[in-house]
Parts: sequence; C-alpha cells; structure tokens
Amino acid sequence: MAWLILQRLGLGVITLVLVSMLVFTGTEILPGDVAAAILGQNATPESLAALRQELGLDSGPVARYLAWASGILHGDLGQSLANRQPVGELLWPRFGNTMALAGYAAVIAVPLAVGLGISSAALRGSFFDRAANVVALATVSLPEYFLGLLLILFVSVQWGLLPSLADTWSGMGLAAWLQATTLPMLVLVLVTVAQIMRMTRTTVLAVMDQPFIETACLKGLPMGRVVLVHAVPNALGPTINVVAFNLTYLIAGVVLVETIFNYNGLGRFMVDAVSKRDVPMVQAAAMVFAAVHVVMNMLADIAAIALNPRLRHPRVKES
Amino acid sequence: MTLPVFGRIPLSAVFGTLILAGTLVLFLFGPMLAPYGQEDVLGMPFAEPSAAHPLGLDQNGRDMMSRLLHGARMSVGVSLTAVVISFCIGVPLGFLAALRGGWPDLIGARLVDIVMSIPVLISALVVLQALGSSLPVLIGTIALLDSTRVFRLARILAQGIVVMEYAEVARLRGEGLWWMLRREILPNALPPLMAEFGMRFCFAFLFVAGLSYLGLGVQPPFADWGGMVRDCQQGILYGLYAPLFPAGTIALVTIGVNLVVDWALAGRTTIQGENR
Repeated sequence: MAWLILQRLGLGVITLVLVSMLVFTGTEILPGDVAAAILGQNATPESLAALRQELGLDSGPVARYLAWASGILHGDLGQSLANRQPVGELLWPRFGNTMALAGYAAVIAVPLAVGLGISSAALRGSFFDRAANVVALATVSLPEYFLGLLLILFVSVQWGLLPSLADTWSGMGLAAWLQATTLPMLVLVLVTVAQIMRMTRTTVLAVMDQPFIETACLKGLPMGRVVLVHAVPNALGPTINVVAFNLTYLIAGVVLVETIFNYNGLGRFMVDAVSKRDVPMVQAAAMVFAAVHVVMNMLADIAAIALNPRLRHPRVKES
Repeated sequence: MTLPVFGRIPLSAVFGTLILAGTLVLFLFGPMLAPYGQEDVLGMPFAEPSAAHPLGLDQNGRDMMSRLLHGARMSVGVSLTAVVISFCIGVPLGFLAALRGGWPDLIGARLVDIVMSIPVLISALVVLQALGSSLPVLIGTIALLDSTRVFRLARILAQGIVVMEYAEVARLRGEGLWWMLRREILPNALPPLMAEFGMRFCFAFLFVAGLSYLGLGVQPPFADWGGMVRDCQQGILYGLYAPLFPAGTIALVTIGVNLVVDWALAGRTTIQGENR
C-alpha cells in the first residue's frame, strides 16, 4: 500500500511539471510577438524593445521556461506588467480568500451531500429518494449566475437578510465575514451538493447489491447498521473521488461566483489579469489553479487507497 | 440504440424535447422574429415591461425580448459549432488511436490526461489571454479543449469494440482501416456518442455563456445571453427582473438538454441496483 501511495505522489509531481509546461506554452502561443500584441497600436520602437527585454524575449523559449519554472520553485512568481508589483504579493492574499470561500462551502456541502446520498440509498424508491433525485436534477443544470441572482433578488433585495456584495477586508471579524460570504457559499453549495449526492447514492447502491450485504441482511441486522457499518466503508473510496472531483470543480467554479458577488478572490484576479493581458499574472494564477486541481486529485487517490478495506486488510494468500 | 417505445415517453422527456424544439426555432428564426434591432435604443434604461416591450428594456434602453431573440443565434450557434468541431477532431482520432494502438495511442492518451488535469475554464482563460477574444478564437478554444474529452470517450468505446468477435472477423476478412472505422466501430459507438454530444453541447453552451458573463466571451455589439446577464446585472439590486430573463433562458435550455439526454441514456443503462 505504501508503494501505491508513493507511486501516486510521484505521478502527481510529474503531472505538475507537465502542466507547468502546458501553461507556459499556452500563454506564449501567440503568432508573432507577445510584446507587440500587449502594446497594440500604441507601440513605439523604444517601448517594444523595453517590453521585450523585460519579458526576456531575447532568449529562447526553453531558457525562458526554465527561468520561469525555477522562479516558481523559489517562490518568485515574477512581476506584474501592469503595476510592476511582485505577482506573489498580489496573488497569495486573493488565493487565501478563494480557499476560505471554497472551504466554507465544502464544510457545509460535503457532509450534507454525503448524508443525503446515503439516506436516499438506504430509503431507495421512497418519496424522499425520488424527491431528492428531482431536486438534484434541477439544481445540477442551473448556471451559477442564475442561482446567484435569484438569491440576491430574494434574500438580499426583497427580504434584506444578507448583503448582496461579498465585501471582505483583512481584519474583519468572523461574524461579519460569515455574513458577507454566506450568499456565495450557498450558490457553491447548491451547484455541488446535487452531483455529490447522486454519485454517493449510486456507489452505495452498487455496494448494497453485493452478496456480503445480503448476508448481513439475512443475519437479521437492522437496516441502519447494514448501511453504515457494512456498505458505507466499502463505498468510501469512490465517494471520496467524487467529492474531490466536485471540490476541484468548486475551486474553478468559484471564478463565476466571485464575479457575481464581487468577491476578492483568485478567480476575479485571474479574469482581471486576462482582460488586461498581464502575462505573468495569468501564468501564476493558472499555475496555482492547476496545482490545486492536481494536488486535490492526488490526495483523493491516496485517500481512496488508504481507506479501501481490501487494501488495508490484504487477504492472506491461500495456495 | 434501443429507443424507448414512443407510446411511453416520460413527461420530463416531452418537456425537454419541447424546450429543445423551441431553442432550435429561436436559433434559426430568432433574429427574424425580433420586433426591434439588437442595438436600437428605445426608451429609458430598465423601463418596466409594457405592451410594446413585453420583457421591458435593458440597461441601455434596448428591447430585452429582441435582444434575447438576436442573442439566441450567437449563444446557441457558437456552442453548437464548437461541439461539432470537437467531435470532428475527437472521434476520428480516438477511433484511430484505439485501432492502431502503439506509441501514437499512448502519447495521445497521456497528452489528453495532462490537458484534462487543468480545469477547463483555466485553460480557456490562458488561451484567451494570449490570443484575445474573438469568435474564431472562442470557438476554436472550446472545440480543442472539448475534443480531449471526446477523444477519451471515443478511444475507450473503440477499444471495447475492436476486441469483439465481429470486429475480429472483419479484420480476418482483411478489411482495411476505413471499413473498420466506418462499418464496425462507428455504428456500434454511435448511441453513447450521441448522448455525449448532448452533454457536451450543454457544457459548451454553459461555458460560452459563462465566459461572456465574465466579459471574455462574445464581444459587443453582438447580443448573447451570457453577456446580457452581465450587462444588466445591476438591475437586480433595484429589485428588477431584467437579468433573470437571459439567465433563466440559459437555465431553461440546459435543463431541456439534460432531460432529453437523461431519457436517451435511461433507454440503455439502468442505474445499478435500480430494478431489483
């Protein structure tokens, strides 16, 4: 098992290196000159030369990639083109904000969704099961901004319960922070709960059809015990994968939600950088998003291995 | 595909089909049905709905309903084109990779894995940063990113088919590559690919709308639903329904596609343990 986990770690590191190459090429696939494209029509020969120098365009792409990658490894994300500030200083606080919002949503969404999924699997075919399924189908296809606007219209404009803009600043109290971020959190919860719930239900049901569950039922164990003690541990691995998949979705989906509620997170940071075509900022933000994605998937793989009852208690080989 | 019997179409599928038919009509004839042009300023910003303007006016005083009708062509057209292109790239390459095997197959599969390990939205933002947002770039980016998913599915499907007896027999008969692709793999992979087409369209549609909502998708002066939500979003703070019309239309189309795809899939696969 330790070997399997080490293998996943190695795979994660390799993926990260390849992803960094892809992000780097992606930002530099411009036909022609990046400097000319950034400056557009205001380009004078002097400003062009200065920008080229700054972007290091005199050296080849491989050398530039290596310089960029080694910078990242040393914690140096480069300088913003727009205001000459170090990217890291601008980026990390925003990243913290995004993680805080995603974490707030995850803390609510994951237990809720897994609980709902397990209960609807246990109560298969009941009214509760069918109702949960219909609601899940409905919310899973609604775009974030539709849900967000509905919540703003009712919760904040008509009933005046919560603020419509998620204004946060450093040093604000927890209560104020929670009040500001509850609406965006709700949108994220709504778009992720349905998916996790349906997949949890399916995986638990797949386990429930196994012979050992039948045995447990025939032994006369109460249904709750069969589900919680016999079925759920075996369904945990796939469920964790589903949860991780949805949490990574949460971190990318946060881009839209941050825009709806004007939240100061990494998503809006990246969108702003893209519209200003600030190459180092986009590279850094994309790299952070991709890294979170890769690391989350790796952790999910490892957790699924560590939690798999079959791998934890290997069967003694009979020969 | 074993199509479910037509006499027993579930209500949800009827609903979904109606929505899709409506979307198709809007896509084909929307601009012709619009009473006003998409750029015509007709009154006060955010004017209330009236007989002349059933959905009211937007933040610049343009007729909301006309803009929705004009926007249909852009919103649906861009995503439909992108998905068609992504299938034209992904399906043949996926089939070929599975049929030929060897190192091209391995390289293709690994490359797709790496592209897929970056969130799609992030990859798209990177490309849009480099190339700027224009219609061809938008369609090309979505098509290429999406084709990785299509490639993966097509490859897995074809891998399952080439080991079947009938494919084996065809190979022993000495059939060429083209025959194998056209007569053995494609017909058998078609039903799941059709369902995938629906889901991919749904995804691309939401994706285009999302990018436009972020201001990085379809650019003005063209009306498109995602951009319209962004434009009149402030209206919601005054308790106006204006941004809910385009947002609701987007939601309705996605629900329609999902309902139809769900129904098409239900004919082939039952959820495990469903009918015990």
